Amino acid sequence: MKDDQPLPSLEKLDEKLRAAEAKRRKTKAGSEDRGKGLAFAMRIGVEIVSALIVGVAIGYFLDQWLGTKPWFLLLFFVLGAAAGFMNVFRVVGGLGGQVGYGRAKNRDAAGEGQDKDG
Amino acid sequence: MAESGGHSPLEQFVIKPVLATGEIGVLTFTNSALMMVLATGLISAFLILGMRRGALVPGRMQSLAEMSYEFIAGLISDTVGAEGRRYFPIIFTLFMFILFGNLLGMLPYSFTFTSHIIVTFALAALVFIGVTILAIAKHGMHFFSFFVPPGAPIAMWPLLIPIEVISYLSRPISLSVRLFANMLAGHTLLKVIAGFIGVLGVFGVLPLALVVALTGLEILIAFLQAYVFAILTCLYINDALHLH
Repeated sequence: MKDDQPLPSLEKLDEKLRAAEAKRRKTKAGSEDRGKGLAFAMRIGVEIVSALIVGVAIGYFLDQWLGTKPWFLLLFFVLGAAAGFMNVFRVVGGLGGQVGYGRAKNRDAAGEGQDKDG
Repeated sequence: MAESGGHSPLEQFVIKPVLATGEIGVLTFTNSALMMVLATGLISAFLILGMRRGALVPGRMQSLAEMSYEFIAGLISDTVGAEGRRYFPIIFTLFMFILFGNLLGMLPYSFTFTSHIIVTFALAALVFIGVTILAIAKHGMHFFSFFVPPGAPIAMWPLLIPIEVISYLSRPISLSVRLFANMLAGHTLLKVIAGFIGVLGVFGVLPLALVVALTGLEILIAFLQAYVFAILTCLYINDALHLH
């Protein structure tokens, strides 16, 4: 009797502890996700604009340098817009950073990814 | 009231010399520089005084210091992994510097140095150049394969490579504009709405309540922006370490 008593109680305590831990982890993850979501939303807003700025700047200075007034500006405006959309696509698609497809490829290799980007 | 006072909501962003008058030269100590020195001093004091005891059971200051350390350490191990530990000092420094700059700017009559694009751009350029050097040092010429999307047909390369290069070059711009625009817009909005309080008389309670709410939001944004800057630095370092 005296030997039996501590074993079940310890197990129960362990179970309770584990449940409490799981609960705590769940709530913690919830609040963390909200902060991460906000941070995520802040990231994507600027992506298009910054790529456009870079594209237009490259086009403008190429025009100044080569004296081909509107053509490089027009070309790089479109390329900048494309790069901006690609940035947003990558951030939203969770493809890691902005350049490269490393993470997406790794995910495909691991068999987790369902859709390859087109 | 507002028109006679002549307080522009943008007046808070004026850079002026401290302890001296006249033109701003190369070596003039400005209010911006003063706040940066103050931020650095406060961070050092926060960490050194917090960890002075080094108790096994931390006190208030020590647990705050440990919490900030563990927050960034967790961020790095989540995004970069074990080999990211080497870059802990730079990421922690950037995070604390931006966080303290944002928070010090929330004090009345202080100056927000992160609301100036030149400051945020300098920080972003530091990250960008550092990460590029890191990638080239680690991968050599293989770094340039970064700009070629794998699996793309060669006919598409002339179109895709400029897009990838622009995408890569837009990193420091987006990193700096995000931080600067958030701080500038938030502080201007606070000043504009605060300007209505006196003018509206009794109804000034409404903008007052709004300002109180916005101050809370601004403090949240101060943390979030420092976090975003740190996590993007981590992601860039991760990209540089593991090219595809």
